[in-house]
Amino acid sequence: MTNVSQEWKFTSKEIAEKPDLFLSGHRACAGCGPATVLRLIMKATRGPTIVTEATGCMEVVSSIYPYTSWALPWLHTAFETAAANASGIEAALKVMRKKGRAKDEHVDIIALAGDGGTYDIGLQALSGAVERGHDFLFVLYDNEGYMNTGIQRSGGTPMGAATTTTPAGKVIPGKVEAKKPIAEIMLAHDMEYVATASAYYWRDLLTKVRKGLEVEGPAFLHVFAPCPRGWRSDPAKTLEYSKLAVESCVFPVWEAVNGKRTLSTPSKLIALAPKKKKPVDEYLEGQGRFRHLFTPQNKHVLDEIQRLTDERWERLLEKCVEP
Amino acid sequence: MTKAMNQQRTALNGDEAVAYAAKQSDVDVVAAFPITPQTIIVEKFSEYVANGEVQTEFVCTESEHSALAACLAASATGARTFTASASAGLALMHEMLFVASGCRAPIVMAIANRALSAPLNIHGDQSDSMAERDSGWVQIYVENAQEAYDSIIQAFRIAEDVGVSLPVIVGLDGFTLSHTLENVTVLSDDDALKFVGTRQLPNVLTHEGKSVPFKLDPENPMTMGPIALTNYYFEFKRQQEEAMKNALEMIQKVNVEYAELTGRSYGNGLVEPYRLEDAEVAVVCVGSTSGTLKTIVDALRQDGVKAGLLRLRTFRPLPVEALRSALQNVKALAVMDKSMSFGGNGGAVYHEVRHVLYDAEAHPAVVNYIYGLGGRDSSPRELRRVYEDLLRILKSGRVEKQITYLGLRE
Repeated sequence: MTNVSQEWKFTSKEIAEKPDLFLSGHRACAGCGPATVLRLIMKATRGPTIVTEATGCMEVVSSIYPYTSWALPWLHTAFETAAANASGIEAALKVMRKKGRAKDEHVDIIALAGDGGTYDIGLQALSGAVERGHDFLFVLYDNEGYMNTGIQRSGGTPMGAATTTTPAGKVIPGKVEAKKPIAEIMLAHDMEYVATASAYYWRDLLTKVRKGLEVEGPAFLHVFAPCPRGWRSDPAKTLEYSKLAVESCVFPVWEAVNGKRTLSTPSKLIALAPKKKKPVDEYLEGQGRFRHLFTPQNKHVLDEIQRLTDERWERLLEKCVEP
Repeated sequence: MTKAMNQQRTALNGDEAVAYAAKQSDVDVVAAFPITPQTIIVEKFSEYVANGEVQTEFVCTESEHSALAACLAASATGARTFTASASAGLALMHEMLFVASGCRAPIVMAIANRALSAPLNIHGDQSDSMAERDSGWVQIYVENAQEAYDSIIQAFRIAEDVGVSLPVIVGLDGFTLSHTLENVTVLSDDDALKFVGTRQLPNVLTHEGKSVPFKLDPENPMTMGPIALTNYYFEFKRQQEEAMKNALEMIQKVNVEYAELTGRSYGNGLVEPYRLEDAEVAVVCVGSTSGTLKTIVDALRQDGVKAGLLRLRTFRPLPVEALRSALQNVKALAVMDKSMSFGGNGGAVYHEVRHVLYDAEAHPAVVNYIYGLGGRDSSPRELRRVYEDLLRILKSGRVEKQITYLGLRE
C-alpha cells in the first residue's frame, strides 16, 4: 500500500529542527542550486535510507576523500550507474533480510544524478531499472549541463544556451536543439509516481520527495536546480531563477500519480490565471548563457524559445486532469 | 580418502557446471545479461530462481554495464554476488571492472571466453579477458568443466577473504568448455556451502573510531566510492597490489583445502606442471587446449622426447616465483596465446612468461604461438608441430621464428 495521495505538511520549524543528512563543508560553488536541493531532499527522508549517486557535481563536491558530506550510507560507482546501483542495493537488502543477514526493516533507496547522468549517459540504466520495478526514488537534479567538467551541453540544456560545446558563435547561436522532455519519457514507463519540482518551492519539493519514497516501486523526480557558474548568473539569484522558470512556464511543476497528472500549485495558479504567465525574456535575460540572444540578429531564437515554451505548456495543460 | 564422501557424478557442460556451483554457493544476488556463449549460465540460474531452488535475487539487467554496477552495489551492501559474461559483454563492463576492484568488491564472474568483434565472431578465444588483465581482477582459467565447477566454488573463498577482497574472473573457453558435456563430480549442497561459508566483511573504523563491517548500512553510515585526488588515489591503488599478493597465497591455500575435501587439485592452484621435472622442451598454455597438449606430451614421452607442459591456471596475480622455478631448467619453451596484442610483439601470456624468466639463472629460448583465434580449431597434429619446432631450436640452438600463427592461412 502506498500513500502517494496523502499530502505531507512539512513545516519550516520541522525542517529546521531535523538534523542535516547532507552536511555543510562540501566544496560546491557559492549559490549552487543542486547543493540546496540535496540538503532539502535529505530533510524529507523518513527513516533508514541509502543514497547512491552518479558521477557529477554533487558527487565530486561531497565526497573528497578523506572527507564526506554524507551522514547517510552513500555509494558512488560511475557516471551512468545510479539506477543500476539502486537495483543492486535493493536486491541485496531484499534477499539479506530474508536470510536474516540484514535488519528486518524497510530501507529507502535514493538514486541521485545530474542531467548528464539522467538524460544522457544514465538513461539506459534508468529505463532498465524502472522497467524491472525496483523500489527506489530517482532524483534528477537538473542544472542543464555538464557543469562539473566545464559547462558542456547535455540533453537537458535548453535551446539557445551557450555552453562550451555549444558556444554562441558567429554562425550558430548556442544550443540549437530543445531540451529533452525527460519526465515525459519517464512517465511513458507507466511509473506510479513522476513529478517535477523547482528549488524555490521547497515545500512542494519536500512533499514530492516524500511521496516518491512512499511509492513501493520506482519513482522519478525531476528537480530544477540553477547553476550560477554554468549559467553565468548571479549566485544570489539562484532561487529567483528557479522561481522565474516556473512562472514563465519554462519549467512547469506537476505530478503524475498512476499516470493521472495534475499541476502543482505554482503552475496551477498560472493555468488558472494565464495573465500571470511571465514572458520567457524575464527568465532568460539575466543569465549570461543567453546574453547573445538579446541582439537583433538572434531575436528569432528568442521568439522560437517563446513559441516552444508556449507549445509545451499548452500540451501539458491538455495532458493534465482538471484541478 | 577425501572428507566429502557423498560426491556425485553428473553430466554437465561447462556453463551448467558454473551455474550449479553458483547455486550451491548460496549467492545472494546475481545480476547478469545474456551473451553467447555464456547464455546457458544465466538461463540455468533463471531456472533455479523460477523453481525456488535458490534464495537469490536475480536481476536481469538491460546491459552488462548495469549488471556489473548492480553486482557492485549489492556487494557493497554486504551480499554475495555472482555474474557471468563474455566478449563484447565484458568489454562493455570494462569501466566497471576497474570500479569493482577499486571498491574492493568480491564479485565472482564467470567468463565464457569468446572472440572480440570486428569481425563479429561468437566462438572461443581469450581476447576478452586478456584485454582486462590490468583491471584489478583475479583471473583463473580452467581446463575442463570439472575445473569450472570447482573453481567457481573456490572463487568465492578467494574473493571474499578479508585480506583479498578482490573480484575474481573464472575463464572457461567458449563452446570448447561452455557447451561441451562432460562428467562432472559435484559436492553435496551441504558440503559445498560449508566449504564456501558465509560472506565475510572486513571491519573498518568510522570517523568516531568505531569498528564496523565495511558495507552500506543505515546504522553505520559510510561513504563508499568517493573521489580521491592526487593526495590519496595512489595509496588506494598500492593497496590493491597488496591484495593481489594476498590472493596469491589464498589461491594456494584454497587449492589445498579443496583437495582435502574433494580429492581434486590443480597444481598448486597457480600453475599446473605436467611431466615437467626433466623436460627439455615445454609449452605454457592457458585454458582447455592444455588437455590436448597433455596427450601430445604423453605421446612424445613414449617416443623418448623429454617434453612437458605448464598450464598457467592463475594469470592474475601472475605467479612469478612458481613460473620461474617450474620453467628455468627448460631448454626451449613455447608460450601459447589465444589472443593478440596488436603491435605488441607477441601475445600477453608470452610477454609475461618471458618477463618472469628474465631473472632466472638460465634462460630457455622462448617463442610464441598465437592460436585458435575466433574459435579456429587447433588439431593435435598442429599442436604437436609446436614441440617439433622446439626440438629443432634445441638441436640448432637458434630461434628462427619468434612468433608463429598456428593454423593460419598466410
